[in-house]
Amino acid sequence: MTTNNNKIHTLSVYVSNRPGVLARIAQVFARRGFNIESLVVSPGKDGKFSRMTIGVSGNPDMLQQIVKQVGKLIDVLSCIEHPETDAVVRELALVKILCGPERRTEALQLVDHFNCKTVDLTDKSMVIMSTGASEKVNAFLDMVRTFDVVELVRTGKVLMARGDRAT
Amino acid sequence: MTQQNTQSMEGAQALVKCLERQGVEYIFGLPGGSAIPMYDALITTGTKIKLILTRHEQGASHMADGYARATGKPGVVLVTSGPAATNTITGIMTAQMDSVPMVVITGQTISSMIGKDAFQEADVFGISMPVVKHSYLIKDTNDIPRVVKEAFHIASTGRPGPVVIDIPKDISAGPFTGALDPVMDLPGYRPDPKLDPERVKEISQALAKSRRPVILAGHGVLISKAAPQLQRLAETLNAPVTTTMLGKGAIPETHPLSLGMLGMHGTAYANKAVVECDLIMSIGSRFDDRIIGQADRFCRDAVRIHIDIDETEINKMINVHHHCIGDAREVIEEMLKHVGPLDTDDWLQRIAQFKKRYPLRYGKQGGLKAQQVLDELYKMTEGKAIITTDVGQHQMWAAQFLKTVRPDDFISSGGAGTMGYGFPAAIGAQVGRPEEAVWAIVGDGGFQMTLCELATACVQKLPVKVLVINNHYLGMVRQWQELFYDDRESGVDLENNPDFAKLAASYPGARGFTIKRAADIRKILKRAMEYNDGPCVINAECEKTENVFPMIPAGRPIEDMLIERPRQKMEKPTGST
Repeated sequence: MTTNNNKIHTLSVYVSNRPGVLARIAQVFARRGFNIESLVVSPGKDGKFSRMTIGVSGNPDMLQQIVKQVGKLIDVLSCIEHPETDAVVRELALVKILCGPERRTEALQLVDHFNCKTVDLTDKSMVIMSTGASEKVNAFLDMVRTFDVVELVRTGKVLMARGDRAT
Repeated sequence: MTQQNTQSMEGAQALVKCLERQGVEYIFGLPGGSAIPMYDALITTGTKIKLILTRHEQGASHMADGYARATGKPGVVLVTSGPAATNTITGIMTAQMDSVPMVVITGQTISSMIGKDAFQEADVFGISMPVVKHSYLIKDTNDIPRVVKEAFHIASTGRPGPVVIDIPKDISAGPFTGALDPVMDLPGYRPDPKLDPERVKEISQALAKSRRPVILAGHGVLISKAAPQLQRLAETLNAPVTTTMLGKGAIPETHPLSLGMLGMHGTAYANKAVVECDLIMSIGSRFDDRIIGQADRFCRDAVRIHIDIDETEINKMINVHHHCIGDAREVIEEMLKHVGPLDTDDWLQRIAQFKKRYPLRYGKQGGLKAQQVLDELYKMTEGKAIITTDVGQHQMWAAQFLKTVRPDDFISSGGAGTMGYGFPAAIGAQVGRPEEAVWAIVGDGGFQMTLCELATACVQKLPVKVLVINNHYLGMVRQWQELFYDDRESGVDLENNPDFAKLAASYPGARGFTIKRAADIRKILKRAMEYNDGPCVINAECEKTENVFPMIPAGRPIEDMLIERPRQKMEKPTGST
């Protein structure tokens, strides 16, 4: 997911829940050659508004400009870049592995060690849910690759500022 | 119908009522299938709003833009769906680049057909998105009043810009049962940043230390109607003022403290002052690449100050030491409380030397010089005229030789550089300020892009004067090819131009004139000035290969300004276009 020079920055954007708002925000990034690495959109506290958590990579000098340009959009109430040290960041991954009875114990040891959960189990397969900070999810995924991984779905990061600071 | 009875109103009629509430006097546009209900409502409501029927939708959009720049009021465009709407995109982008308030209403296919490639369907909401300040696709007839109110508010406040309203035909034709004056719902829009007096104080302290200041005034000064305040600030500080092209008129260019326009084709004395200044304070300019040349060398050793209403402009092109977010007029008024005369006598003397040594000039030998035609026009009008331009050499000569002495008198496509803008913009300006003389200075290339609007000007009996600086070339490109591409002319020869005077005369109500010799300039311009029953076109057959100087090659530092044509071969420019 990460390229060498392009660190992923996490932006939290609070928007009016209107058609086109996602397209407007995406354009601000696309026009400047930024790649959206992850995107989570969900209803805010009040249904009139939505919260977007956007992971982006691209030229860091341009990032401040982009944060301001997104904030300037009429439908955007706020756009804040959060350093991960100041925020709680979580992710959820579902991974489907091929795993028969002969390796099941080994798989369950991994599940147990990483505090994951099995959410589906058949003779031949297992779906595991991993939640936590992205690094923890990554570490689990590295280990689980010793199995035959057939599908992987990640939500992308969601983030909330710590303490009484606004997200 | 009873006009106040909303029970029996159609959406389109409510739309017209809402436009009236916004004080709209003119609509520029051309009808089509999806717009018929809205055009019908212009009749059935008995509105006083006047339709200016254009011959092309691009023309309508530039007219609305010219109207807005000349009056400060939002220009309104009304066109149909599909190709009509896409024809306005160039005009919308032009307005967005130059912060011009405009509301563009486009018809759309009926709601149930959207997304099914219906006849004349285009995703105008999507296509226009990158070039608008904001946009709407109306899905409920009763939403029309809120959307219209928000659109005008957004277009004309903060940093102005164009707003698109896309209205499906079933919505405009549907029954309206809502309120005509709803509340706006714009929780994310904060157009009036609160002025921070501490920042103004900090800037005033920096100013107090300066001995060689330059004030750089941009379009923002004109938008916030701050020209008198700016002049007072310059006079209080004893500081010279240079302007961007769109800032022309922010201070009378006849004022002793005026340096005229700076930048790529600005005056040599403005550029030299910028090179030698110890402080530059931009008010309402965005440090465009035509001004700064090589960004990291621009005023490298000077204190750099930026005042702008749009926070995204701060540190975008140039890193600054001090900045203040706010409306130009409010900031200047606050600043006037803190500043006094600076010790700039030596500096002003130095600038006087620059002015004496490097005046704007042109040779009179050879064929008819565009500069001389414009110079004579300026002397005849004494600056009491609205000037619009197209884009290219004539635009730069117009900016140089037609001094602007009042705000909102120089109207030109700056950021977008839209050829074909000048003539329709002049029509819009004339509609908005009928008592003024309006001159469109155009090239033979750009004029041919929108000259179909001669019909519009004739029908409206608008006495717009179109001065064609005709060199039978796309002259600015030819100049670049001559200077930077070993004089290899590629795609610049406009052979087979029409006889513009005869072409004009073929429109009932228009007149055509031709200037071929310098000796005829005044005589023919005078005849054109005396004809006010319709438009006239003055074809000035100018020297074909004249170049615009001074010139800073794109992307080079201002220090590399060329005062005249260099003898040696030039490297290809690295800067944008």
